Amino acid sequence: MQKIMVCIKRVVDYNVRIRVKPDGSGVMLDGVKMSVNPFDEIALEEALRIKERVGNVEVVAVSIGVADTQQQLRTALAMGADRAILVQSDVAVEPLTAAQTFLALAKKENPDLIFLGKQAIDDDANQTGQMLAAIWERPQATYASKVEIGGEKATVTREIDAGLETIEVDLPAVVTVDLRLNEPRYVKLPDIMKAKKKPLDVTSLDALGIRAEVFLKTLKTEPPAQRQKGVMVKDVAELFGALKKKGLI
Amino acid sequence: MNKVLIIGEHDGKSVNPATAKCVTCATAIPDVEITIALFGADTAGVAAQAAAIAGVKAVVRVDRPENEHPLAAIFAPQVVALAADYTHVFGPSTSFGKDLMPRVAALLGVSQVSDLMAVESAYKFRRPIYAGNAIITVEADAARKLVATVRVASFEAAPAGGTAAVESKSLSVALPAHTRYVGAKSGSTDRPDLQTAARVVSGGRALASADNFKILYSLADKLGAAVGASRAAVDAGYAPNEMQVGQTGKIISPEIYIAIGISGAIQHLTGIKDARTIVAINKDGEAPIFEVADYGLVGDLFQVVPELEKLLGT
Repeated sequence: MQKIMVCIKRVVDYNVRIRVKPDGSGVMLDGVKMSVNPFDEIALEEALRIKERVGNVEVVAVSIGVADTQQQLRTALAMGADRAILVQSDVAVEPLTAAQTFLALAKKENPDLIFLGKQAIDDDANQTGQMLAAIWERPQATYASKVEIGGEKATVTREIDAGLETIEVDLPAVVTVDLRLNEPRYVKLPDIMKAKKKPLDVTSLDALGIRAEVFLKTLKTEPPAQRQKGVMVKDVAELFGALKKKGLI
Repeated sequence: MNKVLIIGEHDGKSVNPATAKCVTCATAIPDVEITIALFGADTAGVAAQAAAIAGVKAVVRVDRPENEHPLAAIFAPQVVALAADYTHVFGPSTSFGKDLMPRVAALLGVSQVSDLMAVESAYKFRRPIYAGNAIITVEADAARKLVATVRVASFEAAPAGGTAAVESKSLSVALPAHTRYVGAKSGSTDRPDLQTAARVVSGGRALASADNFKILYSLADKLGAAVGASRAAVDAGYAPNEMQVGQTGKIISPEIYIAIGISGAIQHLTGIKDARTIVAINKDGEAPIFEVADYGLVGDLFQVVPELEKLLGT
């Protein structure tokens, strides 16, 4: 184990309440707080823990996004990544393009492991990790809640609908992480200062030979249908009666 | 003619109801012919079940020993080999489909429509983003293959009554050896499956301990309900993650959802907004869950729940 690549995405902060633009052209993003996708933070934390356990492992944080994505990569460096690469793009890329871009980086970096969050909380696509594994022709272990490295393989426990599943994958491999894998560390002020000196390279899709394809045209964006507020009942007996009457219990 | 291939989900014994929901979704596509593909070590039994889903034209069995466990790296190249004859390839938005379908899409060189919730035309669909806080309408290129996962909470299961032809296919596809199944630990109980249950009782942080969740299990057993939990309750260790309902857990659509001691964070509401009836029990009358509940009761859950159970009788 020599190198781990962690793919992170700049997204609207978890705590921001999203509003749809009245003309249906998208969601309002002006002046909204941006952060590292929470799942990607967990992915980075896991890479750092492996580094701390194994030693002598380089952790490279990579991202695709607008110039300001450097802020999120600086956060990654402050958490403990050794260096960062931004593939600057003013257009939002679709998951397959993101996977192709990360593959281009992987071919340069030759990581033993690539970590990603299981999904980004903006488009909720849940595709990039699986796609990267597919075109890299390497194993994928999605929704990881436990990762053990042993020699040339990893044993990964996955969160699936029925409970937990364990698979073994040969390295190099792609691992996408779920919520309960770990709790990401807090960044301390000295680390932020130190992060400013760490290398952050900026490149472009063109430089990597990637063409951002549009597979899905978004025609309109709407707010979801709202549920109507129902009635308040005063006690259990009234609740029971109401549910009984509707044949629900 | 649109030809939809649905990748059926099963555990070797029974077909997951998510499959029949994918059929309903595919039926909404105009001029459509629907085929279900089943991968497994021996799919004879599940193929008979899949063939009985109304609206299905054909069931294709792909049996080989390597297919005993649903590993995406093993299944994906076989799905790609089958996909040649179809315009659309659908899988359910379950952990099985979400793992597999993007790998299929990438091998086919296309993006995927994730969590398809409504069909507008053969290549135009609606799907949620931002935890369901916005719904987008997307259009894909009709010249390419369309790969999608189907948000199962948005569709009713197609009824039984079908008589599809079952055909076995052997695909000469080389499979990778780099991914191996080790084992599974299911939190399985005698209770109904949370994803498909008609009744769900769900608990939040207000339960205050794993031990206190017992009162929910007891109520659920009286109702014949599945038990769910909010992310807060799962994070606190009161309930295992497979019980989590919400943006990062399961998206469900039961007939009745009883939220107990759940405040109703937007990420949780994402998971339940397709429930037919929502009942909320919370001691905080200002809790956001009451904004979406059909029936709300402000009260102490530790009194309300046993009382409700008593009224339900034996």
